[in-house]
Amino acid sequence: MNHDMIGHVYPPSKPYLVTSENISAFVKALGDSNPAYADGTVAPPTFPIVVTMNAMDAAFHDPALQLDYSRLVHSDQKFEYLRPIRVGDELTVSASVEEIKPLGTNEIATFKTDVFSGDELVVTGWSKIVVRGPEA
Amino acid sequence: MTLKISEISVGQELPALDLAFTRADLVAYANASGDQNPIHQDEAFAKSVGLPDVIAHGMLTMGRAIRVVTDWVGDPTAVIDYSVRMTRPVVVPDTAEGSIVSFTGKVSQVNDDGTVQIELGAVFGDVKVLGLARATVRLAQ
Repeated sequence: MNHDMIGHVYPPSKPYLVTSENISAFVKALGDSNPAYADGTVAPPTFPIVVTMNAMDAAFHDPALQLDYSRLVHSDQKFEYLRPIRVGDELTVSASVEEIKPLGTNEIATFKTDVFSGDELVVTGWSKIVVRGPEA
Repeated sequence: MTLKISEISVGQELPALDLAFTRADLVAYANASGDQNPIHQDEAFAKSVGLPDVIAHGMLTMGRAIRVVTDWVGDPTAVIDYSVRMTRPVVVPDTAEGSIVSFTGKVSQVNDDGTVQIELGAVFGDVKVLGLARATVRLAQ
């Protein structure tokens, strides 16, 4: 990967409107029967991945980053919640390259994803990826 | 049921959960999350890239592990941070039963600011599929 990209901030993603259908499909796929999700108004803790992964996919395919997508593994994920995501939120993601460093024959990179609803920061995500070296 | 922080102590174990991962679950998660990577749905493709079989999305495993915490606290919006390392994949054969992952949780810190940290475990067979898995919840005083 191109270490000059450390600190690079990508333009905000296209707004994503959170609907009760999106939330309910996600909850159903998790198989989560918590009554808090029954009316589809509050999203589960890992729901932000729907928008952060999309924003990172755009970054992963940025030619300037020089990342071999076919050798990429998502290794770590963290979320810090300022408030839960709710139906009606219009989410945009600001993704940035926080770290790129070698790890043996591999390279690891951490992407920070700030998730906004309008102007309000609601969740920050960090995704660490491993790009396996050629001989792995 | 409302959990009170005064009733919680370090080392306390949360109710464990054994959850099945089936091929149908992976298709549903792919559609709900937008992650259509064929390693999670297409057995021939998964094997062609050196995997033993189709594997579950790491984020599906993460999404299910937090249920140990949210089932316990009741209110999922009490979670203020959550992190995992996806150490090993959950391999999902094309069977009705699928694969069973055992999820556990234990209180690791009770903080003065009204928050509680939980260490989570996720084991498939005898393999740990999540590492460094922890969540913090804010509880009623």
